[in-house]
Amino acid sequence: MLFESIRMSFVNIRKNKLRSLLTMLGIVIGVASVIALITIVRGAADDIGNRVISLGGKKIYINVIGTPLKQGLTHNDAEEILSVGNITGISPTVSGMASVVYQGKVLENVVVEGKNEVYFKADPDLLASGRAVNILDLKSRNQVAVIGFNIARELFFGRNPIGEEIIINGMTYTVIGTLKETTGFRPDSTNDAVIIPYTTALRVLGVKYIKTLDAYLEDTSLADQTIMEIKGILNRAFNYNEDAYNVYNMGDIIDSFQSIMSMMSMLLAGIAAISLVVGGIGIMNMMLVSVSERTTEIGLRKALGATPFAIRLQFITESIFLSVTGGIIGLIMGVLLAYILAAVIGISVSVSLSTNLLAVGFSAAVGIVFGYMPAGKASRLNPIDALKSL
Amino acid sequence: MSEIVSMKNICKSYYLCDEEIKVLKHINLKVYKGEFISVLGPSGSGKTTLMNIIGCLDVPTSGKYILCGNDISEMNETELAVIRNKEIGFVFQSFFLLPRLTALQNVELPLVYSGLPQKERRGRAKEMLCRVGLADKMNNLPSQLSGGQQQRVAIARALVTEPSIILADEPTGALDQKTGADIIGYFERLNAEGRTIIMITHDINVARHAHRTVNILDGQLTEARA
Ligand SMILES: Nc1ncnc2c1ncn2[C@@H]1O[C@H](COP(=O)(O)OP(=O)(O)OP(=O)(O)O)[C@@H](O)[C@H]1O
Ligand SMILES: [Mg+2]
Repeated sequence: MLFESIRMSFVNIRKNKLRSLLTMLGIVIGVASVIALITIVRGAADDIGNRVISLGGKKIYINVIGTPLKQGLTHNDAEEILSVGNITGISPTVSGMASVVYQGKVLENVVVEGKNEVYFKADPDLLASGRAVNILDLKSRNQVAVIGFNIARELFFGRNPIGEEIIINGMTYTVIGTLKETTGFRPDSTNDAVIIPYTTALRVLGVKYIKTLDAYLEDTSLADQTIMEIKGILNRAFNYNEDAYNVYNMGDIIDSFQSIMSMMSMLLAGIAAISLVVGGIGIMNMMLVSVSERTTEIGLRKALGATPFAIRLQFITESIFLSVTGGIIGLIMGVLLAYILAAVIGISVSVSLSTNLLAVGFSAAVGIVFGYMPAGKASRLNPIDALKSL
Repeated sequence: MSEIVSMKNICKSYYLCDEEIKVLKHINLKVYKGEFISVLGPSGSGKTTLMNIIGCLDVPTSGKYILCGNDISEMNETELAVIRNKEIGFVFQSFFLLPRLTALQNVELPLVYSGLPQKERRGRAKEMLCRVGLADKMNNLPSQLSGGQQQRVAIARALVTEPSIILADEPTGALDQKTGADIIGYFERLNAEGRTIIMITHDINVARHAHRTVNILDGQLTEARA
């Protein structure tokens, strides 16, 4: 009988193609926009999340505000942090603005960052060509530079920059490497940066203190304890002024990032509910019209022995058939839309099975909820009145 | 002979704005297996109302109605639907075929509600259509059939469940005289095969074909010798 109901739904929907299509439109648009939205947000979140995890899953960020007496960390403070048991390496950053000149071409206000070899080792994917800053550069305060993608393009127009000499704040540096282009939306983009050994930077940029420092963890499960030890060192360094510094565990940041993302997804699901309710009302309307159009049919089926349950089943099936068909069409359109949008924005797409099942399941639920009332009305029709109505 | 229909003191009233309209008044009727009876009466006399009660589409206001040993007055909607499916084959004046289904699918319909598997349904429906002489029209839609052919499909549909009674309400009302006579001929043949038939009509010439005629006038039954 269920099979029969499905077949009848098919016959009826095919008979009223245009009307069914218009009815489904609400569900189609609702599901399509929600799927596109969720897929895009997921894709963007995955992009950012993966980036953050690959860089900083094992990282502790130390950000120093300083006190009037001591504006940042000294080299010795950094060495002390490195000596903490669970820390495998530290990567301090000192940064400043400078003008960069190559053969008469001048770039003003370029971010120049002093980094050490640990920074490059932590992410082997940074370099596009040449070599990274190494320990020898740091020890002898070599005047070498690794340049970002945009800087390389603007200064060298596609020529090989390796071995060329550029002038930063009046001093000559040799370009030893270039960085890969960072794509998409990223707070740590290096496209417009020039990286030099941090010992060199301390001397030439006119900064005496380290303001930011990344410490790499051996074992992330011990992160809390390690943070306590680092805070102890920082407390001593800043005379027990806890406002002078911030310590973030990248793992915590990733966790909260992920919980924000899942909240976003839930919010979108809420919007989905609203648009699907609107679609559902459309379906209910069509089902009510269908019931009154087919009063005679219902009466006849009852006369031939259809129980109220059988009639209800038939109309609910039709309603589900409509909404799920709409849901599947919407799903396909939504995924297509997501791919197009993602290609335009330049992020990756993450089509998740659970989202798709949710969309189809939700549209089925809409079919049940909004088909229930019309189906109930059909099942309660008195067969005599129904047969008379012709 | 076993009793198929047994009605005792059946009354049916409708209420319009608190006013009671007595449509059927103390009807007593027995129909036995293998009978072919006609119910004859003028328009508005209550024929259709009586048929609806016999066919379990409606329940009486008072009185006792037993159909094939089942007391109808105590049944709920679902039980009535099952009884209709099993015991009754309806033939209506205006055929009532579903326009989107083929002749074959229309005949299959009651068996869908009996819960028969598709294959068996199809076989039995085909057999019935052959018996009413429509073997070559099985896949026609009702709109592709003549009135007489449509009524034959309806008869096949009424027969396909092997019901205890065939209930026909003015089965010739929408047909011309010759086609009507053909249909009556079918009923006579079916009766000769042992089927119980109750036929409602306002036409004495049609009623004559039955073995027994009951007259209904203003909601009251009187037995007449045909
Ligand atoms: N739902 C109803 N409410 C009120 N009165 C009704 C209702 N149904 C039928 N009646 C009345 O009951 C009476 C009998 O109706 P019924 O349909 O049984 O007549 P009939 O003998 O079948 O007539 P016809 O030959 O015209 O079909 C009529 O007077 C009709 O007005
Ligand atoms: Mg009538």
